[in-house]
Amino acid sequence: MFVLIVGCGRVGSALAREMVNDGHDVSIIDQSPEGFARLGEEFPGTFTEGPALELTVLKAAGIERADAFVAATDGDNTNLVISQVARERFNIPCVVVRVLDPYRAKFYGERGLTTVCPTQIAIEQMSDALRACGAALQEA
Amino acid sequence: MYVVIAGGGKVGANLARALIRQQHEVTLIEVRNLRYALLEIEFEHQVMHGDATEIWVLENAGMARADWCIAVTGDDEDNIVISQVAREKFGIERIVARVNDPRNQPHFDLLEIAPTVSSTTAILRLIEHEVPQHGLIRLLSLQRENIEIVEAEIDEDSPAAGKLIGELDLPRSSLIISVLRDRVASVPRGSTRLEVGDEVLVITEVGQEAELARALGASVQEE
Repeated sequence: MFVLIVGCGRVGSALAREMVNDGHDVSIIDQSPEGFARLGEEFPGTFTEGPALELTVLKAAGIERADAFVAATDGDNTNLVISQVARERFNIPCVVVRVLDPYRAKFYGERGLTTVCPTQIAIEQMSDALRACGAALQEA
Repeated sequence: MYVVIAGGGKVGANLARALIRQQHEVTLIEVRNLRYALLEIEFEHQVMHGDATEIWVLENAGMARADWCIAVTGDDEDNIVISQVAREKFGIERIVARVNDPRNQPHFDLLEIAPTVSSTTAILRLIEHEVPQHGLIRLLSLQRENIEIVEAEIDEDSPAAGKLIGELDLPRSSLIISVLRDRVASVPRGSTRLEVGDEVLVITEVGQEAELARALGASVQEE
């Protein structure tokens, strides 16, 4: 499939490489050329520089033929708006969006977006780790 | 009335001032520390420090009982998210959102956030209205209702010049609501004859502009 990723930070760039390794076509958008450096020289996908909220940039990056869309910029609201544009205007069947704020992640998750909330995952994993500590203390 | 205003810049602060003067209840939400400190001196308990795109901040601001939500931050994505949360989480029906960058207007339209206010677009409309042209000039568009009011001038080449309004080949969902002649506006009838130099106001369904411009001999303005 053809995957369009917006935001080439730690998450976006690593995800791009993962998808390439899985054999998918990948196109990635970032505001700054620095993002491109993260991909490494051998990256076979396409890189488009520009603000992802602009339709011309999204189209240049191939949004019209994308099978999957990922919003992973550092702005929750930017991610939420562009992922809704991807779903409603370009009818992309698979839209995954990163949202740091657990409340917004839940709210938009209930409205049909596939939200991934790193904060929520951290809360759950750290709670589990602490509970494991507590259980070990009780046993001792 | 209770009005929640997200964004305490020039637009938000002045709006708050005006509404308070009119005896309305207002909560202004500002995220920037320095700006908040400044606003707090003037607005005291009527300004709240926080990020209005966070749901709990809106909850604390009493969004649930608000009559209006005004999203006027300097960030279009923030204004979209605030409007969506206000409408869909808190059931607010009356929402006004500011568009900072007119290139983002399609996103507001797509997500059905209306009405929107954009200073760039407003200034552009004023200029279009002032500069005499023989095209259709959009004076007002009611997006949700899908109608707009446009203005056109009848020039000597217009097929409408010298004709009765009843004889015009107007699109079915268009109606001439006013004729301005020698600085006097009148509400026309079918028996009103259009003259060269008349300015007509037409209420029309969106999408009829090209046909309307042909009937009046005007050209459609590019936006």
